[in-house]
Parts: sequence; structure tokens; C-alpha cells
Amino acid sequence: MNSQIQVAPTVDAANPWATHAVRIREIEPEVRDVVTYRLAFEDPAVAERFRFQPGQFNMLYLPGIGESAISISSDPDDPQRMLHTVRAVGNVTKAMARKQVGDQLLLRGPFGSAWPVDSCEGQDLVIAAGGLGLAPVRPVIHYVMNRRDRFGKVWLLYGARSPRDLLYTSQYDRWREADIDVQITVDLGDDQWDGHIGVVPVLFDRLQLDASRTRIITCGPEIMMRFVIAECLSQKIESKQIYLSMERNMNCALGFCGHCQLGPAFVCKDGPVFTHEQMEPYLDVQDF
Amino acid sequence: MSVSTTPVNSIVSFEKPRLQGLLDALKQAGYRVVGPRVADGAVVYDELDSIEQLPLGMIDEQDGGKYRLERDAAAGYFDHVVGPHSLKRYLFPPQETLQQLRLKDGDWHVEPPRVADTPLAVIGPRSCDLHAMAIQDRVFLEGPYVDPGYRARRERLFVVSVQCRRAAATCFCHSMKTGPRASRGFDLALTELDDCFVIEVGSERGGEVLASVAGWKTCSAATVDRATEQSVRLERSMNQRGAAENAPHAAKPRQLDTRDIRDLLLNNLDHPRWDEVAERCLSCANCTMVCPTCFCSSVSEVSDLTGEQVRRERTWASCFTAEHSFLSSGVVRNSTTARYRQWLTHKLATWIDQFDTSGCVGCGRCITWCPVGIDLTEEVAAIRETAK
Repeated sequence: MNSQIQVAPTVDAANPWATHAVRIREIEPEVRDVVTYRLAFEDPAVAERFRFQPGQFNMLYLPGIGESAISISSDPDDPQRMLHTVRAVGNVTKAMARKQVGDQLLLRGPFGSAWPVDSCEGQDLVIAAGGLGLAPVRPVIHYVMNRRDRFGKVWLLYGARSPRDLLYTSQYDRWREADIDVQITVDLGDDQWDGHIGVVPVLFDRLQLDASRTRIITCGPEIMMRFVIAECLSQKIESKQIYLSMERNMNCALGFCGHCQLGPAFVCKDGPVFTHEQMEPYLDVQDF
Repeated sequence: MSVSTTPVNSIVSFEKPRLQGLLDALKQAGYRVVGPRVADGAVVYDELDSIEQLPLGMIDEQDGGKYRLERDAAAGYFDHVVGPHSLKRYLFPPQETLQQLRLKDGDWHVEPPRVADTPLAVIGPRSCDLHAMAIQDRVFLEGPYVDPGYRARRERLFVVSVQCRRAAATCFCHSMKTGPRASRGFDLALTELDDCFVIEVGSERGGEVLASVAGWKTCSAATVDRATEQSVRLERSMNQRGAAENAPHAAKPRQLDTRDIRDLLLNNLDHPRWDEVAERCLSCANCTMVCPTCFCSSVSEVSDLTGEQVRRERTWASCFTAEHSFLSSGVVRNSTTARYRQWLTHKLATWIDQFDTSGCVGCGRCITWCPVGIDLTEEVAAIRETAK
């Protein structure tokens, strides 16, 4: 589907199963069952070669337990400070939750397609994320902040179930200071909450978008992305200017195992980032 | 014989018993040799020491959910067509170790897996199977990443293919343009005639092995013609299937109309036929196991009791299971309707987007080995008939 797949310098195309040893340097609690790990390569030569593009993921491997595809949630301009925000929800991520600073993991990557940040330069940008979907787009926020003058208006629309489920809350002010219009909403407020209540797509109503120069980056539950896309299309934003990140069962990251197929795409190597134009024929097909 | 090789593309012949000499020459050259043998009522691939072990005088009757071996006095060594096995099991084995790891002083050490270094020669693959191998080459060798185990086995594989002179009712290679005549992808290709084998040399190492077989002789033009004519006649009869009158009680010979098949299927993802076929489909995954191109797999972790030795085992997987599309938020394809549709649209439609070829070679194994006899050619025809 996407013939332009570039093999990362830290992946051996002739033996893509090979892993690199990494050590947990920091563990930062985020929200319930979610923590951010800072991982560092053991081999300085690998660390030196490692770089990633916003939206890409690594395969984190716990021998005897298994591998899990986790997006990289840190600054792409500072690849040595590699962060992964992980929800303990499956076998591997639950085992990872028992790991401590100093423990070793194995890693392959990075893999997958990227948010097209360079081609968004000169444009207005709406980043619409839900729940843990903020993690794969945080590298985009960093990218924008590092070269803010190259972008027009930038919005971050972010929602979670409740105030307690909002990720990276301590960073919103810094993002706002960088002239990013950060709008937060929750499905269900609590006693202290005086912000928006409602789902992310509703936040679009308040924006004055110039459809001819606006790009959309959206990541979150499929249902949320579908409504975000409907909003964008109704505001006359073209299908090929809307980017979304799809989630499927990624086992190998190489297009070998077949589990992550979504129509013509292997989500692991052609995705996870697609244009809406690519996914449009399949998004509304039930159980596809 | 003074020459040490027989040039590529040359055609020679030997008397039938000389086939033993080819087996011996392959062993002499260091190959483990497997070929067609009868086991449990079917022709499968197994170790081959002697041509006495070949299914001489056997033919296979195949139909939806049906496979029967029958004796036929006129049948030669290779008048069966395809059984449940294909080259897939040798290049992409049902189970293999990808990595071995050892825990030492709190850190994991990765050891490369042992890939069997005995080269393998397979006698018997047909044109459809050579095309299937070329398709799996695209998956494991020709994309951005290469599967090292597949590559090691592929480089060491020696193929002695066989030109079909008979087709089962389930065969439809003529529709998929994958046969019946093999024209490339083999080291040697055998055509069985009533009085001899005609052998075409497809590679340099094929020529080297053949040169060491005693008793081969240059083929006369008349014998070459007889061999070619045999394939031409088979292809012609397959192409006339639509028009031919069907004998009563005989299995209906298959064909598949592939015109615009990608768009036909992808434009009909909500066709009622998917629900109808799901009523019959057991979601058993047999079709994916016997398919020579299906490549889905899962990797599992096998630890010893101490947890300090770990093997990563890759095993065949199937899109007919719930586990295949499992996400923490739920299973994506949670019905047989969705799973059958995934299999068929992948095989015949999205495969073209992914690998620039159909995923089907028309071998008919999925029809034969389906316990309820679901026939993909019939399913596609039904969708075509009432397509949007």
C-alpha cells in the first residue's frame, strides 16, 4: 500500500527480529494503570544511531512474556531521551508494570509510518486526541514547539473520560506558552472540574478553520476519530489532509505475521498513520 | 559422461527407472530428499529414498470436502495432482524457533537460532506450487524486511518440479494463469511420458546434478514435442471446462472468472453472500493451513521451568480465529462472516494491493480440505451474479 517504507538505522533489514538491550532509567506515573518509561540503549553506538519520526512505535520485549507495540511519546529532536507511555492492560504491559528502574528490556524499532509533520509546515494544524491517544501525538507537539514560527495556528483538542484520566496535565501550560491553543474536555466532570464537558468532536464547533490550509492529526478510539473526521469533512477539509492513527493487532511490525491487516494495509508497516483518503473505504465497514 | 554439467534450458530424457539415479545424485550432492508418498490415504511429502516409495499407479479424486486415492493401472508415478502439503511447510515451517535467549546475571543474551544446514531437495511440486513459492518470496524476501530463516531455507532449496498431465476437478490454475505448465522457478522439471521422463534444466545447479545421473540422453525433437503437447492438451481441456458437458455424478471442474476481481470484492463488502457462506463455514482454519500462500503466524514464548531459557516460537496462525484480530479493546473480526470475508478479500483482492499479485494460485486445496466443501470459485461467482 505504501511503497515508501524506510528501514530505520537501528533495524537490520536482513534480520529484523534482532533486538537491542535497553534499561529503564525513569518511571513516571501518569494516570491510573498508565506510566511513562524512559528507556536508554545499553550500547552507546545504538543510542547514537537511534532516531524516530513522530507517530512511530517500538516493539518492547520481555523475554518469556512477549512483545508489545508501543508508540514513542517523546521529542523527536531529542531521540536519546526516549519515552513510552504504557497502559497496563495486556500480558506484556502488565508484566512491564512490575518492572523497576534499572531493569532491562529488549527493543526492536522504530517501525511504522509517521505523522507528516514536515508537510504540515506552513499550514494550520488541529491535533485531536482522546485518552491514551495523546501519547502518539505528543512528538508532534514537540516538533511544532521546536519550530513554532513555521506553523500557522495550532490547536490541541484533547479529551478523556474524566479529569483523572487526562494525560500529561503538567505540560499543558508550557504548550499554551508556545502558542498552541490547548482545549481540554472530559466526558464526565468531578467537583473540581470547571472545564468543558463532552466529547472531542464537539470542540470543533468553536474553531474558525480555514479549510484550504488546515491539516488534521487525530489519534484515539476509532469511534472518536470517526466523529472528528465527520466534523472535518463537514467543514470542507479534504480527506487527504486528515491523518489518523489506526490500531490493530501488531505482532511482528514487519508485515510478516498478518494480524494487523486492515484492507490493503498492514497497519504495522504501511501505518499506523494513514490519510483519511486511504482508510475511507473501510472505516465504516462493520468488523473489517 | 565427460561433461560435468548440462546447460540451463537443455532438455534431456531418461528411462523411468533412471529416476532412482536422480534421487541418488541429489543425496550424493548432500541434499535431504523429500517427495510424494502415500500416508493415511493421501499423497503427502515425506523422506524419499527409493522410487518404489512414489505413488505409482495412484490418482486422486478431489471435490469440495473430498479427497480419495484410487488405483489406476494406466497411472504413472506422478498422476496424482496436489495433496494437503506444499512447499510452504519447508520454507515457512509450521513451527520454528526465531530466537533463543538466556538470562545471565540479570541480563538477557540473545543467541541466533540454529537453522538446519542440510540443503533440501523436493521432488514433485507443480506449477501452481512454484507460483505459490514466488508469492511467499514476495512476503518474506522482497519487502523492506527479510525473514532470515525463510531466506536461509530458500537459498538451499532444490526443486524438481513435475509437469501435470492430469487436473483434479478442484484445480483451476488455468484461471489464475499459474499453470498447468511450469516454465520457471525449478532446478529441474520432469515430464512423465508413458515410456520415459523428459527433463528440462532450469538452473545451473540443476544441470550439475543431472550431469551426474547415469543414462540420460539428449532428447529427440519428437520426444520434446510429445512432452510439450501433453501440457498443451491439459491446458486446452481446462480452458474448455465452461463449455464441456459434465458427466453425471462427476465433480464439476472449477474455473474462476478473475475480471476486475479486486474491485468486485471490495465494492461488495456488505454483500449478503458473506452471511450466507458464514452459515456453512466452521471457521476451522483448514483452508489457511493447506493454502500454499497463506503466511499468517504468531510468535509465542516458550520458557524452561527456571524462566532463564526462552525460545521464541513462530507457528502458523489463521485469520479464522478470534485471537488473530485481538485488541485490548475487543476482537475486530468477531464473526465468521467477518473472518471468511477477510480471508477471501485478502486472498483475491487486497493481496494485489500488497504484493502486486493475487494470493491464489488455483491449486484448489482450500476446496478439497474444507470439511463442508466451501468452494471459493462458487462464492465469487455468487457475489458476481448479484454484485453492486
